[in-house]
Amino acid sequence: MEVDVLKRVPVREQEPSVRAANFEEVCLGYNMEEAVAEASRCLKCKNPQCQKGCPVNIDIPGFIRAIEEGKMEDSFKVLSMYSALPAICGRVCPQESQCEAKCIRGIKGDAVSIGKLERFTADWARENGIRPQGAAEKKGKKVAVIGSGPAGLTCAGELAKEGYDVTIFEALHEPGGVLVYGIPEFRLPKQTVVAAEIENVKSLGVRIETNVVIGKSTTIDELINEEGFEAVFIGSGAGLPKFMGIPGENANGVFSANEFLTRNNLMKAYLDDYDTPIFHGKKVAVVGGGNVAMDAARTALRLGAQVHIVYRRGESELPARVEEVHHAKEEGIIFNLLTNPKEILVDENGWVRGMVCVEMELGEPDASGRRRPVEKAGSEFELELDTVIMSLGTSPNPLISATTKGLETNGHKCIIAQEENGQTSKAGVYAGGDAVTGAATVILAMGAGKAAAKGIDEFLSK
Amino acid sequence: MYEITKKKFLSDTIFLMDVKAPRVAANCYPGQFVIVKMDEKGERIPLTICDYDAAAGTVTIVVQAIGASTKMMAEYNEGDFLRDFTGPLGCKSELIDEPAEELKKKKILFVAGGVGTAPVYPQVKWLHSQGVFADCIIGARNKDLVILEEEMKAVAGNVYVTTDDGSYGFHGNVNDKIKNLVSEGKTYDLVIAIGPLIMMKFVSLLTKELGIKTVVSMNPIMVDGTGMCGACRLSVGGEVKFACVDGPEFDGHLVNFDEAMKRAQMYKTEEGRAILREKEGATHHGGCGQCG
Repeated sequence: MEVDVLKRVPVREQEPSVRAANFEEVCLGYNMEEAVAEASRCLKCKNPQCQKGCPVNIDIPGFIRAIEEGKMEDSFKVLSMYSALPAICGRVCPQESQCEAKCIRGIKGDAVSIGKLERFTADWARENGIRPQGAAEKKGKKVAVIGSGPAGLTCAGELAKEGYDVTIFEALHEPGGVLVYGIPEFRLPKQTVVAAEIENVKSLGVRIETNVVIGKSTTIDELINEEGFEAVFIGSGAGLPKFMGIPGENANGVFSANEFLTRNNLMKAYLDDYDTPIFHGKKVAVVGGGNVAMDAARTALRLGAQVHIVYRRGESELPARVEEVHHAKEEGIIFNLLTNPKEILVDENGWVRGMVCVEMELGEPDASGRRRPVEKAGSEFELELDTVIMSLGTSPNPLISATTKGLETNGHKCIIAQEENGQTSKAGVYAGGDAVTGAATVILAMGAGKAAAKGIDEFLSK
Repeated sequence: MYEITKKKFLSDTIFLMDVKAPRVAANCYPGQFVIVKMDEKGERIPLTICDYDAAAGTVTIVVQAIGASTKMMAEYNEGDFLRDFTGPLGCKSELIDEPAEELKKKKILFVAGGVGTAPVYPQVKWLHSQGVFADCIIGARNKDLVILEEEMKAVAGNVYVTTDDGSYGFHGNVNDKIKNLVSEGKTYDLVIAIGPLIMMKFVSLLTKELGIKTVVSMNPIMVDGTGMCGACRLSVGGEVKFACVDGPEFDGHLVNFDEAMKRAQMYKTEEGRAILREKEGATHHGGCGQCG
């Protein structure tokens, strides 16, 4: 295969017109030949900048070199040293703003396609039955991990590799957290990818107890005082969905993105043989511009709707990954940018019939550094709709902080934890991921889980 | 997996199950609920806790087989397993944290409608354990649908049974009975009403007129039950609340019942509503929103 060193090897994808009507994965990934070709573009820098851009500090040139040499098992071993969830990260990490943003190849041409190569190695290992290695020696110390999302799975995996006896407590009936209830099948296949990586974590000796709501079914204090856990990691995730507080928001047909996605992804409402219903709207507006908004919009599209994204700032301010916005546009999502909802219109039976929006323009920068959107006077207009999905982020669930003595939270009700080791205000209790930062990304949660695992290991080694 | 250790029918369509769930049994209180998922493809069904035994590690639920999922649950028997059983969820009844001395000064009336008798029972039982004897009205459409009468009599002060068709007890609905009791000179400081939305709405309207503080238990559509999805939101005193984490019990005089009744219809199909009309007859109709 001929390689232009300045251009990345294109990755095969399902055609937009085909995939808009199915839930199969959009990106098909590299084959061996393509992966080796792409790997050959890596300069294997002595002082790799990409690694510095990675929240879990993966030896990127190391695993890429092994691909180029055809030593796939070695490539997976390198990845496994740093990440318990490489097939997931390769799919959902915002590489363009992390590792790939720092790639030296990217100065003159395209950055090396690090994410797609990571995915290739992880998929190869799974397909060939290669699993990460567990600890040789057990430490005989119990650690509890709350939540089985990316932060919890990473922390649990790291601690198990160090020989700790780890139990994850998950509130829902399936492990995986946002990887299962939030991110859709077409971006992250549940059975082949997520379940398989969770199995890998379990194969390291991690136990997962589902249906346990910490703060209700038991408490952190009980886990420590009565069940013999010597340290606890809280990776309980983001929590309660936000709404706008505009008229009509409790009408039938208005959903949080969390509800819409949970029905579809966790409860598999898109499959006929599952019992949970989902409302199949024909004209849907998703309010918000993040990755979750893109996921909700593209899900509604696949369920047969015409879909608008309504976002109050402009295209360059969209918080979603470039790739997600690009895919959404290809599939036919309509972007109403610089547009803000004012009121949801409701019919006589209590169902959504439309939404009054107003056009916005960008004014002075606000506290976040982004230019503040302000309303254009007299620019109100109506969208005819039957469904509105609010994707405005989440606020932390107070369940754990309210039931754990001595656990401090900040003004946003996020748990306070030190960035370098996850230590909270309570001895032996660590935290990381969205429960600490508010809604962020899978890889940042994984980075926090990993840092906390190190913190817990140091605490228990004293 | 969670074993069903006991199952019995309380009426043609209402059944009781004891389920082995030690973590829930050890930590639950009256007023809270659980979420049950029968099998891999099933829905997450919120059900209020009817009783619990921490020593045996069991939790009692009472279910009316009315939808596809609850009808399927009615087929489960002793020795069968439920795939998922999560809880306890929601807040415990506010009564639990009140000192017994304060509770003893209060005259409390419970109003239980149909299968709503099940979540009323643990509250009355708990008060009994504190030396407080609350009165209880059990309302049902007909004699066959009156449940837990004997159990309630064992722990309550006075138990009054009403049936819409007069087939048993007082002929009339629960509001008729409340008016009747008040006209006889009974006074109450607190009413706790649990039952169909339409019943809770009209009890709340009446008790507002009578000036009696009223608590209702809301059971809206839910998915996760832990605050994550917001499907269960309702308006209480003009504020948006999530029934799963802020409730399920709220001040009945502040709940927007009309909105809650519309929201309860979200996934009811025309076909489903037709079946309800046929099953339930005309007994509790009048634009409640539940039955279309």
